Amino acid sequence: MLQIKNLKAKVGDKEILKGIDLAVHAGQVHAIMGPNGSGKSTLAQILAGRDVYEVTEGEVLYEGRNLLEMSPEERASAGIFLAFQYPVEIPGVSNMYFLKAALNTLRKARGLEELDAMDFMELVNQKRKLLGIDDAMLTRSVNEGFSGGEKKRNEIFQMAVLEPRLCILDETDSGLDIDALKAVAAGVNAMRSPERAMIIVTHYQRLLNYIVPDFVHVMYQGRIVLSGDKELALKLEEHGYAWLDEALERGELVAV
Amino acid sequence: MAVGLKEAQDLWTGNFLETERRLRDRQPRWLRELRAEAWEHFRNLGFPMTKHEEWKYTNVAPLARTSFLPAPAARLAALPATEPAGPRLVFINGRFDPELSSPSLPAGLRAGSLREALSRDDLAAHLARYARFDRQPFVALNTALFEDGALVEIARGTVIEQPLWLVHLALPAPQPSVSHPRVLILAGEQSQASIIETYAAAADGVVFTNAVTELAAAQDAVIEHYRIQQEPPSFYHIATVQYYQGRGASILSHNVVFGGGLVRNDVNSVLHGEGAECILNGLYLASGEQHVDNHTALDHAQPHTSSREFYKGVLDGKATGVFNGKIIVRPGAQKTDAIQSNKNLLLSTEASINTKPQLEIYADDVRCTHGATVGQLDEEAVFYLRTRGIPRDTARELLTFAFAADVLGRMKVTAVREQLERELFRRLRPSGD
Repeated sequence: MLQIKNLKAKVGDKEILKGIDLAVHAGQVHAIMGPNGSGKSTLAQILAGRDVYEVTEGEVLYEGRNLLEMSPEERASAGIFLAFQYPVEIPGVSNMYFLKAALNTLRKARGLEELDAMDFMELVNQKRKLLGIDDAMLTRSVNEGFSGGEKKRNEIFQMAVLEPRLCILDETDSGLDIDALKAVAAGVNAMRSPERAMIIVTHYQRLLNYIVPDFVHVMYQGRIVLSGDKELALKLEEHGYAWLDEALERGELVAV
Repeated sequence: MAVGLKEAQDLWTGNFLETERRLRDRQPRWLRELRAEAWEHFRNLGFPMTKHEEWKYTNVAPLARTSFLPAPAARLAALPATEPAGPRLVFINGRFDPELSSPSLPAGLRAGSLREALSRDDLAAHLARYARFDRQPFVALNTALFEDGALVEIARGTVIEQPLWLVHLALPAPQPSVSHPRVLILAGEQSQASIIETYAAAADGVVFTNAVTELAAAQDAVIEHYRIQQEPPSFYHIATVQYYQGRGASILSHNVVFGGGLVRNDVNSVLHGEGAECILNGLYLASGEQHVDNHTALDHAQPHTSSREFYKGVLDGKATGVFNGKIIVRPGAQKTDAIQSNKNLLLSTEASINTKPQLEIYADDVRCTHGATVGQLDEEAVFYLRTRGIPRDTARELLTFAFAADVLGRMKVTAVREQLERELFRRLRPSGD
């Protein structure tokens, strides 16, 4: 589904990604872990089409298409979804209006009929219960005045309604209490399917207790330095990221 | 046709003498004296120059150099379908048109041609007693030259459910023309009403609308006043709205500017009785080479008065904007509570806005806060919407609409709000679809 080859990117003069290789296939859940500043959020944003980063080398293929040439809205139409680390507040645009506009734009782009108000409400009601989204949140402006937990739940709620094929979760677990974390994880798990892939960017192993990944990658200084299965996440949790430094110095890890 | 300032002055003198001669026999002495006094003030004040602090960013030279003739009396077979069906008075080129106006009005509401009412001596206590023709040259010009307008009286203690529309339509003449619409609204004690003034044109042309509205709200009156200006960009539009509020009187004001090429609005209130409350909302949308200047002045003359001011502007193209919000707290006007906000969205790098709060506080136990912002569309928000599939242009329109519609959301008459939301939406998507 997604193939990243030798991806390098910078912002200003600062090189952030120094050659990323990653292949993600339908049905898989990949976790990308790493210390702050390792470049994992940059990778997530680049996949969604953020243009403040300049790709200097490499390529990204999504279902055979050159992803880097697609606009953010084209990527969304093609089934890519980014759950933001910091969801943006949009005063004056109600959550419902926004979601309906987004869903119908995507449906149109995918050659499906637009949903009318009734069908849309039915879909929304079905999805919102799972994530503990109450009615009031739907009529409020997008993310405006939401607590951190509400914002993250709202991201996953949007994901559930828009039904993307490649879900990218950027530190969705940060700032969540345990109940919110469980709700978010339940929402994500309900969406796991053989047709859908997920990339979960996280600093901590905690979320991976609830969303069990097929693969775990460790990013460090702009590269994926280690890949493994879910056991790798536990090892990282146990030893901390300082262990990476030492392992690299001892020559036990080689940048892939 | 461009002329020098001297010739322009002569031309206005000609206009005055002609108006004076024509109306001489129809108006009472107090009015003749009033007009002569106003004319004298205009001659002394002259057209304001940009060295004048109040006119620093608005250059009226193009207007002063155009030789305007009085707008001719004109007829219109029917109103455009977009005009309201409710109780309304219609003015064509500043003159009352009884045939296009409602034949009857709700009980408790008297409204009609100001010109027809000018023989009433009791009007001398109100007409031109609120808007300062001794200080504002365009108010002086209007006072000296107005032909007609509206007189609206809301009887004491009555609640008028249906809003009253004052529809001002310009039918441009082949040469540049000017009209001076004059509106006087007298709201009795404990009365309640909504009055909607609209200014638009039936065709393009060079027209100068020089309007003055005075609204006196007696004790505990509750009035919602709208001013919606959608004239073509070839128009000059200069207007003063002067509110005067008695004890406990409440005014909710909406000032919407979508049209006009060179626009200057002065919206002022004197909170003259304890407990008076004034809310000034404003929305201005300008593109191309439009220049829109909104000056507001809230004069807290008595204790326990409050004001809320909320103006927003969206400027695109090479448009220029001005916002000046003056708040005066008179000596002894303790417990004044005033909050002012002006937010601007610049959609192009060539658009600009000058925004300035101006506080003059002569009492010590008051709360006055103000804030102004000038910014571009939030690119983070645009990106966020795009990642959900919403195309870039639609995302920008949606965010701009949300920014501006915030002001419309404060209107209480649903029909007006919805009509303006549609109009706003249309104007934000010039490509249309």
